[in-house]
Amino acid sequence: MSSESIHHGQQGVAAASSHDLHEEHHHHHGEESFISKYVFSQDHKMIAKQFLITGMIWAIIGGLFSVIFRLQLGYPEMTFPFLEDIFGKWAVGGRISNEFYYALVTMHGTILVFFVLTAGLSGTFANFLIPLQIGARDMASPFLNMLSYWFFFLASVIMFSSLFIQTGPAAGGWTIYPPLSALGQASEGSKLGMDFWLVSMAMFIVSSLLGGLNYISTILNMRTKGMTMTRMPLTIWAIFFTAVLGVLSFPVLLSGAILLLFDRNLGTSFYLSEIVVKGEILPNEGGSAILFQHLFWFLGHPEVYIILMPALGMVSEVMSVNSRKPIFGYLAMVGSLFAIAILAFLVWAHHMFVTGLNPFLGAFFVLLTLLIAVPSAIKVFNWLTTLWRGNLRFTPAMLFAIGFVSLFISGGLTGIFLGNSTLDIHLHDTYFVVAHFHIVMGVASFFGMFAGVYHWFPKMYGRYMNNTMAYIHFWVTLVGAYLIFWPMHYAGLAGMPRRYTDYSNWHSFNMFADMNRFISTVAMIVFAVQLLFVFNFFYSIWKGRKVTTKNPWGSNTLEWTTPIRPGHGNWPGEIPEVHRWPYDYGKDGRDYISQIEPIGEGESHH
Amino acid sequence: MANVMSVQRNKIHPHKFTLWVGIGSIIMMFAGLTSAYIVKRSQANWTMLEIPGIFWASTITILLSSLTMYLSVKAFRERNMNRYRSMLSLTAILGLAFLVMQVIGFLQYKSMDIRLVGAGSNASYSFLLAIASLHAAHVFGGVIALVIIARKALSSRKRSYSSVPVEVVATYWHFVDILWIYLILFFSWMK
Repeated sequence: MSSESIHHGQQGVAAASSHDLHEEHHHHHGEESFISKYVFSQDHKMIAKQFLITGMIWAIIGGLFSVIFRLQLGYPEMTFPFLEDIFGKWAVGGRISNEFYYALVTMHGTILVFFVLTAGLSGTFANFLIPLQIGARDMASPFLNMLSYWFFFLASVIMFSSLFIQTGPAAGGWTIYPPLSALGQASEGSKLGMDFWLVSMAMFIVSSLLGGLNYISTILNMRTKGMTMTRMPLTIWAIFFTAVLGVLSFPVLLSGAILLLFDRNLGTSFYLSEIVVKGEILPNEGGSAILFQHLFWFLGHPEVYIILMPALGMVSEVMSVNSRKPIFGYLAMVGSLFAIAILAFLVWAHHMFVTGLNPFLGAFFVLLTLLIAVPSAIKVFNWLTTLWRGNLRFTPAMLFAIGFVSLFISGGLTGIFLGNSTLDIHLHDTYFVVAHFHIVMGVASFFGMFAGVYHWFPKMYGRYMNNTMAYIHFWVTLVGAYLIFWPMHYAGLAGMPRRYTDYSNWHSFNMFADMNRFISTVAMIVFAVQLLFVFNFFYSIWKGRKVTTKNPWGSNTLEWTTPIRPGHGNWPGEIPEVHRWPYDYGKDGRDYISQIEPIGEGESHH
Repeated sequence: MANVMSVQRNKIHPHKFTLWVGIGSIIMMFAGLTSAYIVKRSQANWTMLEIPGIFWASTITILLSSLTMYLSVKAFRERNMNRYRSMLSLTAILGLAFLVMQVIGFLQYKSMDIRLVGAGSNASYSFLLAIASLHAAHVFGGVIALVIIARKALSSRKRSYSSVPVEVVATYWHFVDILWIYLILFFSWMK
């Protein structure tokens, strides 16, 4: 709080804008202690790195969980004694218990959706890119920004410690539907682990809200001179819509979670009605479990776009830079992001087609869901036309951007199947759904994140990542992602349901045993290659090839006008003024024209 | 440097803007809760709410506190620091009084033999308790903010002439006031 009060004091005396604060910080830069520089930092670039590295640790944990349950799915008849050594009673005899399997998938989903792809992805790049790309010294409130990270850290500590409690972590699926999640006696994972999950998520929501408030406020208020909204890079537009979605939808999840906490701990009946558990008749009456699903998916659906949209923005930016061409249809790109953001709030019930939803109501949700295909198709068209006859540079970031488009198309097409309420009766809760959302939301967003990391790593650490390792990482991950998830579509179309630990005695589906083993093998290889990426990342921080020019990619955006290793405050002198949009590549015979270069005599205006 | 400053096109102070976005987010939370209430109300097993008179008294209290908050900002702008401090303290006291009345209101249900939570409770009263407690938590946050800026005003070491922190707290305070009026009207119409 003290820095905030100093802040206000200075502002009052100087009667100046909040930018003065950052000027002050900048001059003090040399005196920063280890704690204020690396731990309780208020520098957006350091906070971004904190989000990224915390996210990477979570990604390893979440990924490892998937490897463990894929072992069970791929080799149901085998035993793995080392699992018992590690997990004790959860894997007696080297076989994963049913309770433990559910705990693993629940934590895999929770960790990847929230801790990696929400905090790790948008937390990292929103923090890193917003001030650098709009020309600001820091966020609107660096203090709130720091709090946002530390609430995320607190949420992480709570969630991590839930892995070690005796009854295990939450195990009711990442969607924590009541009544299962509301009744401790219903399953081991609904005991203390569920309370940890809810408290951790409450902290996580606070973190997201503090971050989101700051992103919106910074983008709208702190742009440098000349940086009109339509001169912003598409990354910033994407992050802006992401933040708006988060600020409007996370509070609703909080409402749902609070009512669930009441039901769990105070014996209320918001979600519970006429239930018998293990022969015991519960006193709860009049509750509605579907109510929770409405509250949950009102966040849950925007959440998938919160995950995806930063990737959409970064892919656009990386692709334009490495095609040496302007992005095709800039305004159409912004408009389609806007359309996706609006539609995100109007489609939540397509997760609930088989809950007994009124079929006439369902028809509207089908229509609105299928409408998402329109902005998505516009984006794909624009990416392909950006690549068309471009002067392509296949940097690792560019490869991941192109890979993203491929995954976005494949995963998006299966969304058209699932958006139909009639087809959904057959497909819901099958491996078809698993394949769909892993490709379009999981792997695709990871590709956007990898594109971002490889592209902006030189700006983050002043060094390059190793290209050979990056190319191995890309090709194995792309091929692996298709080999893992493509076959799941067939199993899903055949009706193979999710959430079972063992299909070997189920005659309808044991024909997929070989396929399951194949998927598990590929999953382990792909996981190993992600560890190669992590190694490459940390190795390159200290040993990577040094960046020698300010603008290694020949990019137009403002972050490449800062020094190679910018201090707190980003620009040593004045913040540059912006004179043009960020996509003047190959214009009038010039390879690229930075945003800070004034419009020349007789130059065609944009 | 002067050039850099003039570059900022600050129509609204970033902290005030951040507060407005935050208010939007709080509105979404209460919109979620009151919509859940409406959905639940249309289903079977719903008890009509009885609202004790003290909730109307607390409504008047929080309305008065908004008035004193307004007067205190006015005094700050006129640099009448004594009045500013006393009005600010009065606002905080009225805020605390509001919170006490809310607690008393919920304790009264016990004597009316109505259960808010646990076995035999009805979702209608549980909703009232959940929503009103969340609102009370927001009021409590406002009281803490009031105490912080009041302490700053009492400190003789630092002098602050910026009205931004005061205005931010005042906006938030008026917001939780309006939020309560919405809630009490909502509960009395949507019994």
